[in-house]
Amino acid sequence: MIQFKHVSKRYPPGIDALPDIDFEIGDGEFAVISGHSGAGKSTLLKLVAAIERPTGGVVLVNGQNVGALKRNAVPYLRRNLGLVFQDQKLLFDRNVFENAMLPLSIAGFPPREAAKRVRAALDKVGLLEREKAMPIALSGGEQQRLAIARAVVNRPNLLIADEPTAHLDHETARDVAQIFRDFHQVGVAVVVATYDSGLFPEARRIALNHGRLA
Amino acid sequence: MIAWLHQHRDAFLLALRRLTATPLNTLLSLLAIGIALALPAGGQMLLANVLHLASDTAPSPQISLFMSLDAPRAASEDIGARLQKHPGIRAVRFVPREDTLARMRTSEGLGDVIDILTKNPFPDAFVIDPSDDSPAAMEALAKDLKRLPRVEHVQLDSAWVRRLDALLKLGRTGVALLAVLLGVGLVAITFNTIRLQVLTQRQEIEVSRLLGATDAYIRRPFYYFGLLQGLLGGFVAWAIVRLATLWLAGPVGELAQLYSVDFALAPLSRGDSLLLVALAAVLGGLGAMLSLRQHLGD
Repeated sequence: MIQFKHVSKRYPPGIDALPDIDFEIGDGEFAVISGHSGAGKSTLLKLVAAIERPTGGVVLVNGQNVGALKRNAVPYLRRNLGLVFQDQKLLFDRNVFENAMLPLSIAGFPPREAAKRVRAALDKVGLLEREKAMPIALSGGEQQRLAIARAVVNRPNLLIADEPTAHLDHETARDVAQIFRDFHQVGVAVVVATYDSGLFPEARRIALNHGRLA
Repeated sequence: MIAWLHQHRDAFLLALRRLTATPLNTLLSLLAIGIALALPAGGQMLLANVLHLASDTAPSPQISLFMSLDAPRAASEDIGARLQKHPGIRAVRFVPREDTLARMRTSEGLGDVIDILTKNPFPDAFVIDPSDDSPAAMEALAKDLKRLPRVEHVQLDSAWVRRLDALLKLGRTGVALLAVLLGVGLVAITFNTIRLQVLTQRQEIEVSRLLGATDAYIRRPFYYFGLLQGLLGGFVAWAIVRLATLWLAGPVGELAQLYSVDFALAPLSRGDSLLLVALAAVLGGLGAMLSLRQHLGD
């Protein structure tokens, strides 16, 4: 599903975020990328979603060489991924339902079918009752659950999350971790970058240290 | 195809929502566009009215054809017959040289002069109404008539036509210049509005890109916004011109009565109205396109 072959990423003016990295994550696998701040976790996930391009090596996602993708092909790659960001990236002028609907609107889903999918996703993360609420009215944990609902509404086969529990208290973080676990159990491959790999004891751990596999 | 239509519907609704989200800003932008477009549109309406008035009240331009002095009457009659059959001539009137002499003799101050002449100095003449009274057509007809045998001189009575034509040309040029300048103004207004939209929607654009939005998907609502703003601005311009026409109709009617002219100020024609609104929408779209190219980049 994800293959990194001698991948390097260098930021100007010559900072090596990932000097040379090799690993593979299979279909339906649950992997945690752990490491201290600045270890290269976020960079690695950005390379998977083509938010960044590798400086060297090959990144394969679902068999596609992400680094060689043309600019106009990148959106179609991202539509097959579920992305959850540390800062959620919710739209605060739209309600919960509209936020979760966004990926389906982008993909041009018929409204009735899209609404069904959105409600199903909100139900899975326990936000169906709050579909009309604005994000500002949600707690940190609820905002993160909304971000997860938005990530899975497209029914991707790969869910990627960057520090999804970073700003949450321990109890809320455990709830959010359970949601990822639930999605993994229905066959979705999950890759979570986190400093707290203890939240996902059953997941395969890929530890990073200064951009190298530890 | 259905997905594409859904995306267009969503983009259109989003553009409408953005337009109505800040009603005061939208109203002021529409007024600025409306007033800018009303000036050339009003100028066009006035020009059309002047043209209509001129064609109704001014005499038709004519061509005078003079035979040579030694041309016998038979030659004049032959020319007369040819002129009757000429496709470029609507009507022709023969003026015999004797009639001209008699008319001159009765003219004040000329009688004594005419009396001392030993022979009639006036030639046979024709007064011609051309089928097409545009200056170019009259010039061409005059050239054609000059080639007829025994024709000494052909005179165009089209000075006023030329003056009116020149004035109308000046008016049209002025209106076109105004339209170009204010059209650029409309593009600038839309450009700036879209720039502000892009700035305020920066986060939505970024999130949409991360969730798989194509460039077309991101740009589409802005295009609709520009088109809608231009379209509505065009309607405002049309309404301003219509109101001005209604307002001016009374005073213009009174003035026309004083000059015994049957004239009423006509509003913009349906074609001109449609053109105004369509052009406004196109210019709005152009403003959006330029702004997106500048501010959304690649």
